Amino acid sequence: MADIQAPAPGTFYHRPSPEEDPFKAKGDTVAEGDVIGLVEVMKTFVEVKAETAGTFGGYVADNESAVKAGAVLATVES
Amino acid sequence: MPIERLFIANRGEIAVRIVRAAKSLGIHTIQAHSEADADMLAVRLADEGVEIGPPPAKKSYLDIDALVAAAKSVGADAVHPGYGFLSESAAFAKAVDDAGLIFVGPASGTIERMGDKVAARQAAETAGVPVVPGSDGRVDGVDAAVAVAAEVGYPVMLKAAAGGGGKGIRIAEDEAELRKLAPQAKQEAEAAFGDGGLYVERAVMNPRHVEVQIMGDGTDAVHFFERECSLQRRRQKVWEEAPAMCLTDETRAKLCQSAADLARSVGYRGAGTVEYLFEESTGAFFFIEMNTRIQVEHPVTEMITGFDLVQEMIRVAGGAALSLTQADITMSGHAIEVRLNAENPELDFLPMPGEIAALDLPETDGVRFDHFLYEGYEIPPFYDSLLGKLIVHAPDRDAAIDKMASALKTLTIEGVPTTAALHMALAADPDVRKGAFHTRWLEPWLADGGLKSQQTGG
Repeated sequence: MADIQAPAPGTFYHRPSPEEDPFKAKGDTVAEGDVIGLVEVMKTFVEVKAETAGTFGGYVADNESAVKAGAVLATVES
Repeated sequence: MPIERLFIANRGEIAVRIVRAAKSLGIHTIQAHSEADADMLAVRLADEGVEIGPPPAKKSYLDIDALVAAAKSVGADAVHPGYGFLSESAAFAKAVDDAGLIFVGPASGTIERMGDKVAARQAAETAGVPVVPGSDGRVDGVDAAVAVAAEVGYPVMLKAAAGGGGKGIRIAEDEAELRKLAPQAKQEAEAAFGDGGLYVERAVMNPRHVEVQIMGDGTDAVHFFERECSLQRRRQKVWEEAPAMCLTDETRAKLCQSAADLARSVGYRGAGTVEYLFEESTGAFFFIEMNTRIQVEHPVTEMITGFDLVQEMIRVAGGAALSLTQADITMSGHAIEVRLNAENPELDFLPMPGEIAALDLPETDGVRFDHFLYEGYEIPPFYDSLLGKLIVHAPDRDAAIDKMASALKTLTIEGVPTTAALHMALAADPDVRKGAFHTRWLEPWLADGGLKSQQTGG
């Protein structure tokens, strides 16, 4: 199992926009480089990408929660 | 009535700037802050601080009710909105006014009028300010487009009437090209917006961004000459100068006069900026919009004219007439400002908040650093990444660029990334030295490795 960590501190979003579905759901196939969420830092949205392929294990950090750089946001099972 | 108790509804470096200006006028300062900003420099410098809400801006610095309630609760008689946030919100200006306080800026009606693209363009035309010539509304069919183009002159730009975001925009150099491109543009607009309506206007090639600082007291208005802000990344200005080296004295006189005329014709009160596109190949300039606030880059104007614009806007808000006439305002030398952001230029300008571990500022004549930092200060992640603005003033532009390069070398900010490397590379670039740039110069330069070539080339 691999952790996906926050690339920057800020606010973590599961969805591309409030009206849309989360980027991933538990059990989804994940390819390397897939976007699984966004971190808003200083008015900039940074894409959070999976670094390994596998199956999405779910979000660890809540939607719209404040996260620190390096915090575990989600997991991928290989 | 002169202002006695000023409430500052903003944060960061501009809040510090406003607190200092107000204090030097003998005004009691009350700094608004979110829960995340209790430690910021402006709170420490102000006479009082008052918390207005949670960290997200929409619950604090953008919350009109919370701000007005806080301003009233501390007995403020005036509100300074700074730039960004609610500075150009007619609703905020009106709410402040309705609460019986002074809004440090133009009347809410003026903000509303100048904030509306069509109304602002009409106000400019009425005051005799050139606007980009084009079709009066949408054109129907290719022949109508050709007729407009013949009137405004080639090249022309075709724009989707329903548009935005660059969709459906085409540039035609002559009639044959226009006849070929108009149907394509119409089709693309139809596909993108469900509306194939087109505007035709004269295309401004390689435009430079030139803007005029104005100040009004509701009756009279003066200008403080112009600034050039053509070096932009993602429509954000990164490097600003005064005066604009691309203008002849004759064009400068006309341009600045037109801005003062516009301000006077709308009964403008406070500090404002009239923005233009300048086309170097023809010497033509065209009104884009008016910003009804103090701007980030106002210090370059202060450096070349010697006036304190923030003090003056506070005085006129308090009901005073302008303290100067146009004849009092002269310019000398050349000033440059660069914006230092907490961003890593090597990582596509990824912003990164953090704690200021060390801070060492250049202290030389003609160097100014407007900022909100101190050692140990933890920059919150909730707001924009501007750390401060480094401003230099020298007898001429070459000397100003040299001074900027040396000030950037002296400046130390540790604990967060900064965009200093970008500015050092710009200061060393031959095109920047020659002033050979326009609003679409910086992004291709970055894409071509502008940062790296300067680093390896020394």
